[in-house]
Parts: sequence; C-alpha cells; structure tokens
Amino acid sequence: MDYSQFLHMTDELSLIAVIVILFIADLILCPDRKSGKGVLNTPLPIILLLAQTVFMVTLGVCPSYCTPTVEAFGGMYQHTPMMTVVKAVLNIGTLIVFFMANGWLRREENQIKQGEFYLLTLSTLLGMYFMISAGHFIMFFIGLELASVPMTALVAFTKKNKESAEAAAKYILTALFSSALLLYGISLLYGTCGTLYFDDMAARISTSNYVQLAALALFISGLGFKISLVPFHLWTADTYQGAPTTVTSYLSVISKGAAAFVLFVTLVKVFAPLIKDWDLLLFWIIILTITVANIFAVRQNNIKRFMAFSAISQAGYLVLGVMGGTAQGMTAMVYYLFVYLVANLGVFAIINVTEQHSGKVLISDYDGFYQTNPKLSFIMTLCLFSLAGIPPFAGFFSKFFMFLAGFKAGFPVLVFIALVNTVISLYYYLLIVKAMYIKQSNQPIATFRSDCYTQIGLAICAIGVVFAGILSQVYDFFDFFSYSL
Amino acid sequence: MDYSYTVLILLLPFLSFLFLGLVGKWLSHRTSGLIGTLTLGVVAILSYYTAFQYFTADRVDGVFQTLVPINFTWLPFYNEGLHFDLGIMLDPISVMMLIVISTVSLMVHIYSFGYMHGEKGFQRYYSFLSLFTMSMLGLVVATNIFQMYMFWELVGVCSYLLIGFYYTQKPAIAASKKAFIVTRFADLGFLIGILIYGYYTKSFSFDFANTAVYLNGAQPTVGPDFAKAIAGAGFILPTALFLMFIGGAGKSAMFPLHIWLPDAMEGPTPVSALIHAATMVVAGVFQVARMFPLWIQYAPNTLHYVAWIGAFTAFYAAAVACAQSDIKRVLAFSTISQIAFMMVALGVCLPEGDFTNNHESLGYMASMYHLFTHAMFKATLFMCAGCIIHMVHSNEMQYMGGMHKYMPITHITFLIACLAISGIPPFSGFFSKDEILVAAFQYSATMGWIMTGIAAMTAFYMFRVYYGIFWGTENVEYHREHQPHECPATMTVPLIILTLITCTIGWILPGTFGSYVSATGEAYHISLDWSVAGTSVGIALISIGLATWIYSGARQPIAEKLKATFPHLHKWAYHRFYIDEVYQFVTHRIIFAHISRPIAWFDRNVIDGFFDFLAWGTNATSQGIRALQSGRVQQYAFVFLLGVIALILMLIF
Repeated sequence: MDYSQFLHMTDELSLIAVIVILFIADLILCPDRKSGKGVLNTPLPIILLLAQTVFMVTLGVCPSYCTPTVEAFGGMYQHTPMMTVVKAVLNIGTLIVFFMANGWLRREENQIKQGEFYLLTLSTLLGMYFMISAGHFIMFFIGLELASVPMTALVAFTKKNKESAEAAAKYILTALFSSALLLYGISLLYGTCGTLYFDDMAARISTSNYVQLAALALFISGLGFKISLVPFHLWTADTYQGAPTTVTSYLSVISKGAAAFVLFVTLVKVFAPLIKDWDLLLFWIIILTITVANIFAVRQNNIKRFMAFSAISQAGYLVLGVMGGTAQGMTAMVYYLFVYLVANLGVFAIINVTEQHSGKVLISDYDGFYQTNPKLSFIMTLCLFSLAGIPPFAGFFSKFFMFLAGFKAGFPVLVFIALVNTVISLYYYLLIVKAMYIKQSNQPIATFRSDCYTQIGLAICAIGVVFAGILSQVYDFFDFFSYSL
Repeated sequence: MDYSYTVLILLLPFLSFLFLGLVGKWLSHRTSGLIGTLTLGVVAILSYYTAFQYFTADRVDGVFQTLVPINFTWLPFYNEGLHFDLGIMLDPISVMMLIVISTVSLMVHIYSFGYMHGEKGFQRYYSFLSLFTMSMLGLVVATNIFQMYMFWELVGVCSYLLIGFYYTQKPAIAASKKAFIVTRFADLGFLIGILIYGYYTKSFSFDFANTAVYLNGAQPTVGPDFAKAIAGAGFILPTALFLMFIGGAGKSAMFPLHIWLPDAMEGPTPVSALIHAATMVVAGVFQVARMFPLWIQYAPNTLHYVAWIGAFTAFYAAAVACAQSDIKRVLAFSTISQIAFMMVALGVCLPEGDFTNNHESLGYMASMYHLFTHAMFKATLFMCAGCIIHMVHSNEMQYMGGMHKYMPITHITFLIACLAISGIPPFSGFFSKDEILVAAFQYSATMGWIMTGIAAMTAFYMFRVYYGIFWGTENVEYHREHQPHECPATMTVPLIILTLITCTIGWILPGTFGSYVSATGEAYHISLDWSVAGTSVGIALISIGLATWIYSGARQPIAEKLKATFPHLHKWAYHRFYIDEVYQFVTHRIIFAHISRPIAWFDRNVIDGFFDFLAWGTNATSQGIRALQSGRVQQYAFVFLLGVIALILMLIF
C-alpha cells in the first residue's frame, strides 16, 4: 500500500491532529477533577480550529497549491476544491458555536466536561468531512455514523436533565431507524450494481430498474433524516428543544449543511441517470417541507422549538439548490448555507446567552426585550430579517440566487410556492421582532452583559449578515469553485 | 496632456458635502461656510485651469478633441453586452459648463455668507450646496447617458432639499414636493428614452462617432459598430430622443411642465440664483445639446417640434411675467422664457445645406452662448432681488419703490443685468440673443419675428420690475419701520464680479464664443447681422421707453388704465392662465378619482386579501395537523416509514 496517498487527505488529517492535540491537552490539563482547575477551556480549541481552517483553505483553495481533483485509495476518497470550501464553511460555523458555547461550558455543572464537548463536536465534524469526501458508499456510511453517534452524546450532554436525555433517546432511535433504511438502500444498490464505488455506479444505474428506484428513495429518506426534511423531520422539534442550546445550534446548521451538500454530490455522481426521478421526489419533498414547517412554526411558543421548525423550513430552501443538479444550483446552495449559517447561529447565540442569564426560552418572555437589551435585540433583528430574506441583508440575496437557480433549472412552480412560503415565514419571524420591540411586559428579561466570546461570535454573525450579500465577491468566490465535483 | 486631476472637481465638493453633513452639527456657522466656500474656490480654480488647458491645446483637424481622462465600467450586464460606466468627458460644452457652474456656485457660496447669516441649519445649507455642485458638475462631464441620468436625479434631489430648506413653512414643503414630483414625472420619459436608446444601440455612450480620445488608460466603452447601430435605429431614435427631451422639458420648465419653477422660489434666494436660474434648469438645454449630433442627423423634424414648444413657452412665460407683482416670480417666469429661447435656438438648427460657413448649426452655438451669458446676468438679477428681499423682508413690489436711494450698488448691477437681458449692447445678452434671432430668421421669418416680439416683451417686463423696485412710489411708511440700506460686502462683491463678467464677456474674449463652442467643433466666426441686430436693439429700446413711460413716475395712471381696460387679460395673466388649476383638476378629479382609487381598492382588497388568506389558511391548517407532532417516537418512525413507502410508490408509478 502506498502510504503517500494519505497526503491527499490533508483536510481530515489536520482535523484529526487537532482532535488528538485537544485530547492529550485535556488529559494533561485536567489534573484535579474535583476543583476543575486547569480544565481545557475556550481559547485553545478555537485557536487550533482556526489554524486548521487557515491551513486547509490555503492548501485546498489557493490556486498555487490546489489540484483540481484528487483521488486516493482507488477512489474511496475523493477531493475537490469545492469540498474544501464547504468544509471551511462548516468550520466557520463550528467556530461560532465554540464562541457561543463558552459561557454555558463554564457553568459549574459543565465545567468538568468542557474537553468532552470540544472532542465530541470535532468528531462529528470529522464524520462530516469523510461524508463529504467519500467516493464509496461504505466510506460514506462510516462518515455518516461518525457524525451521528457523537452527536447523540452531545444531545445528552446535560444527562441529568430529563429533557436532554429524552431528546437524545429520540435522536438515537430515529437515527438508527434511518441508518437501517439507508443501509438497506445501499445493499440494494450493491446487489444491482455489483460495486459501491461512486465512479463505477453511474454507468450501471438505469431508469427501468425498480430495485434501484427503491434504493434511491431509501437513500434520499436516509439523508432526509439528517437534513430533517418532511416527513422525516418529526424528531427535530423534540430534540432541538431538549438538547443544550449550543448543541441545537450546531445540529441545526452544521450537520444539516453537510448532509445537504452530500445529497447534492451523491445524487449528481451516482444517480445521474435517474435525474427525472429524484427531481420528482425532491419537488414534493421540498414543497411539503417548507409548507409544513411554516405551518408548525406559526404556532410555537418555545423559541427553540420555533427555531426547529424554522430550520426545517430553511432546509427545504437549501435543498431547492439540488433540483436539476446545475452548477448554479450548487453555488446557490453553498452560498445559502453560508448565509443561513451566520444568521441562524446569530439567533441561537442570543437565545443561548439569554437562557444562560435568565433561564427563559419562551417567545413571550422576549416581550420588551428591546427595552432592557437594545444591542442584542438589534442583532437578533438583523439575523431574523436575514432569515426572512429582507433586503439588503444577506438572506435576501441567498434566497434570490436560490430562486434564480431553481427557475433556471426549470421549476417555476416550485419557486413560486417557495416564494409564497417566504411571505409566511416573514410573518412568524416578525412575531419575534414584534415581541422584542412593540410588546410591553411587566417582567422583561433583565439587562445583562454577554461574555466576550459570545460578543465576538455575535460580531462575526452580524458582519456576515450585513456584508455577505452586499459584497458580491462572496458569491463569486463560491461560484468560482462550483461544480468541480 | 494630463487631465486626471479633473476627478478632484467632482471629489472635493462631495467630500465637503460628507464632512459638513456628518460633523457640521459641531462646527460654527463661520467654519462650515468657510469650508464649503474654500472647497468651491479650489474647484473653480481647477475648472478654470481645465478650461485654459483644454482650449489652448492644439486642435486636431480644426476641431477640439473630445477627451476622456477617466472612465471605468461600473455595472456590466453580462448577457446583453450593455454596461453602465462612470467617467469624465471633456469637450467644448462640458468645459464651458464647468466654468459656468463653478463660477456661479462660488459666487452663491460667498453671497450666502451674508444672506443666510444666522439662519438655523446654516451647515445643512452649505452641505446641500456642495452636494448640488458635485451633482451638477457630474451631470455635465458624464461620459454616457446613464451617468447623466444618475446625476440628473441627484440634482433633482438637491433641488428638492434646498427648496424645502425652510421645512417648517407649509408653502416651502408644498413647493419642494411639487418640484420633485413634476420633474420626476417628466424624468420617467427620460428613463424610457434611455432604455429604448440603450436597447437598440447597445451602448449608452456619448461618443457617437468613436472619435473620443481615452487618456490615462481609461477603458473605451464603445464597440466599433456603435455608429452603425445608431444609424440603423430608424424611427426608434427620434422617439427615444423625444422621450429624453420630455425629461429635459421637465427640468428646464418647458410648457406645460413649467409649473414647478415659479413655486420653487420658496427656497432661499441664493438657491434660486444657483439652481433655478443659472445651472440646474438649463440641464434640459444641455441634454439636447449633448445629444445634438443625433438630433440633427437622424431626427431634424422632431427637433423642430422642440423649437415650437420653446417658442410657445417663451411667449407664455413673458406674458405671465408682465403681470406678476412678486419680484421673484417675475424673475422665475423670465428664466422660463429665456431657457425657452435657448431651446428655440437648438430647435431651429437645420441639417442639410451649405456646410462651409456652418450657418445651419448657428443655433447650437447661439444656444450655448445664451446659456453662458444668461447664467451670469440671471444670477446677478436673483442676487440683487435677494439683497432687496433681505432688506425689505418681502417679495412684493408694493413694499418697494424708490430703493435707488438706499442701495446704489444693487441698483446699478440690477440695471446692467436688465440691459443685458433686454439685449442692449455692449452687454453680453446682446451678443447671444442676437445670434439666436439670426438663427431663428434663418429657419423661418415667422419664427424670427415671433422671437423678436418676445425679446421686446422681455425688455418691457424687466424694466417694469426695475422701475417698480428702484423708482416709482416709495412705500414710505413701511420703509420708516424697516430702514433699508446697502447689503454687506459678502453680498455686493459677488454682484459686482458677475456684473463685470456681463459687461465684458461679449467682446473681451480672444476670438469670439463661436471659436470655442460650435456644433461641429470647428471654429465659427460670429459676424453680427446688423439688420437683425439693429431691429432687435431698436425694438428693445422702444419697449424700455414704453416701460419708462408707464412705470417710472410716482403715480402710474396708464398702468391703472390698462388694467381697467383689459381686466380679464390681466387677471388671467396674473393667475398664470390657470395652468396650475388645470393640473389640480386633472390630477385630483380625473387621475386620483378614476384611476388611483380603483387601483388602491384592488390593492387593499385583492392583494392584501390574498396575503390575509395565506395567514388565515396557515393558522387554520396548523390547528388541524397539530396531532402529528405528538412526541411519541414510535409514531415518528411510523410516519418515517410511510414516507419512504410513499416515495417508492411515487417512483414506481
């Protein structure tokens, strides 16, 4: 075996290095478990992950280093610059999550577990890396499981909390169920194709083979669980509500984004001959997802549950980029992911910091929030406006490009339905803005100061929300790498 | 030959605007005024230097070259091949306009020191003046029609802001809104014209013949087949040009879009001098002159419509001006009338014929010449009016009279400007108006005599105002309360400078105006046509005599008698022939009642109803299906499985 092939996997290897360093540091820095003194804490993981991101982007994206397409281990592992871009976007999201997690991790009951949080989170991230770069279904499945199992541990992070445990149970049960179906689909594919290498499969898939059609449906539903598309979404609200808020934010953005990108890549690479079929499936799934999620979102009073349905609805828009499998669709999807990521994490950071300081998680608790915390209200408003797609915030542009891509791919009806749903989503996003600014409350959430890590995270989000749309370079950057699958 | 410094001409006033607008609140009046004025001083020096450098450069083939020192693509449309550019283009008319704008603007900046002394919002005033100057300069140096349109709208906004400067006074607010809405409405025509033009010719550039020289590596914007595309546009081109002219007519207050200009006098008087007399209102004329090569070659007949619209406007405005009692209104109508003269001069140009002595496009030169001289003497007139209003605290002539005793400098400068506008030699107005009349006579004798008649009316109403202010019956009681005296030097010095220009510009330039600016770019030698010049001077003198006879005395029996003999005519002229009332009727009774209300109903009930229905439907459905989200994980798995089966079935069937 040629060990030099490992050198192609710089993205994964560097992340593994980060994990190992943190693991060792956690062991060394944690001499006294009782006092919690010297525990691995925030600056180190952030610095390491940042360094890893810079390293990865320099090596993978900069034209002088990057090679267009790399294969290793006979095609088990594939890598293109666009994949590095997506991984970098996920890294940015993880960084923001780390920033906002600090205050929560420093609480007494969590202090001792700080190292675990970072290790588990980075492990799921590693799983997503493998998923993205997979060139073989086994590789893909290992990545998927690596992304799900530590995630369950994260959801159950505050295991003494009953809700957290319940959320984890629901998550792992549904994940098992979906993994089983997905594996079933993969086995059907293996039976009909005789191979699981992506490159070889496209030639052996035909529209007339019903077994392969069933496999396609099983595959889409398996990933549909990760992206939380309707009707595979039912776990979402319960898990989001029960999980610690930082984990919820990670779940709602990072794992969703990775899965959506993988869906795109795999459909185009493996199921290319069945394009008509998966367009049909996704057409209905997207309509259902956006509409049903919107309908449920209107009724929620728990803000984390509300954000769960908002995230389901946003996932529907995200998958809109897959329709037709065009290069424009891919650019629109990654751009949408990036913009959604900053806006959604911004909202979650504020929910998180509010929960830490007041313990309140109901939308009605936010009445009069502007009176007591004007700055946080303002950033929250920016992020919500971006999520709703109001110009000039980035969300408008990402929706615009997404609809444009959908329209160009030949789905005007779908785009129209998505547009109508945007109006509905505007309604419920503005409900929160209304609560913060207009409604009066006898007991508003008291004024508090957020810690400096959260402030940095919020600043990144606010900058992203305001400038990612206005600066056309951001879109052009994604567009430049698009479709170098 | 390097003109890259010209970018400062635009940049400096803009910076001054930003600075005064952002930090002006913390500056004293004096400092902010000084910043604005000094910036403008630098801009004026740069403009003069540009003009000197440009006009002393060698001609190529007897023509001043069109230079483009700066140009870059701002917004490309990848699919259509069209792009919006921003840049600076120097050719004789844009360089001439640089001089006009920077001179008048500088004078107004200095003058405003005295006039606006102690006003609330002094800093705001100067920052808006800077913004206006920047926009107007950007308009004239535009390299393409889109850039022109951008700055065109910007000057419109500045005009709106400055008319409404006293925003606590109802008439000022109404006037600013009226000005903005009327000109904006007209600009719709301009925009449609631009779009049609761009669609058919695939470029917005002013470089119609691909002859411009791009300096400093500026990117040329025009493909080689641009000229062919223009020639091939057929009847579309006259349509597009006329639509653009509608925008120009709005800005330049041509009948029937003139209604905003008299009301715009609610703004501070220096603003009227700068924007509503000398610079912005001639933007329409400048636009026609800018597109002139296309007009004359592809749409000469449409161009003559412009002439007749101009002639009617000139006559209408002159007639109204004879009956107004508010001195600023008289000047406003006189401005409309004079701008119409410029339009007529452009409109009477003829395309074919004897090109050796350039007489066909004499009108073009005459129009630009009149634009130049008019800017100077009309600014003088407005500033004099400003001095008087500053002292008397009223615009009405009944509070004036006999002012020559108190304000000698204002009196003399006003008199000279009146003589200039009446066309008496050796003042500048004589030279430019004479050229216009010659051009009109060349087009047709009818047009020539009409314009001569209107020139006579001009002399008459100007001297009516002159006598009304400075001689006539003095309102002694009123003057005892408000003792009038001469204005401070900040106000009189600009008057004197502008008057000196008016006195000398006609004969002091080496060569004549025509050797700098002409339709083809070749030097055009003005030779006075003494039969036309003699007639017009004679008629002007007669009108002045008539005005003297009627209005110079302490009592005015003849004027009273005339008023009594033609009561209706006077009343109609005083009410501007009820054009405003016609507009009121058309907009309120017809457009609002029969078009806007039904559309509003549709919006409120059908469009809003649709969205209300969405909200209601969402809520109702959400009630209905809430049971689905039960919290039981077995049920979740069941739904999951059902979903998978549904998907498989969907694929197979």
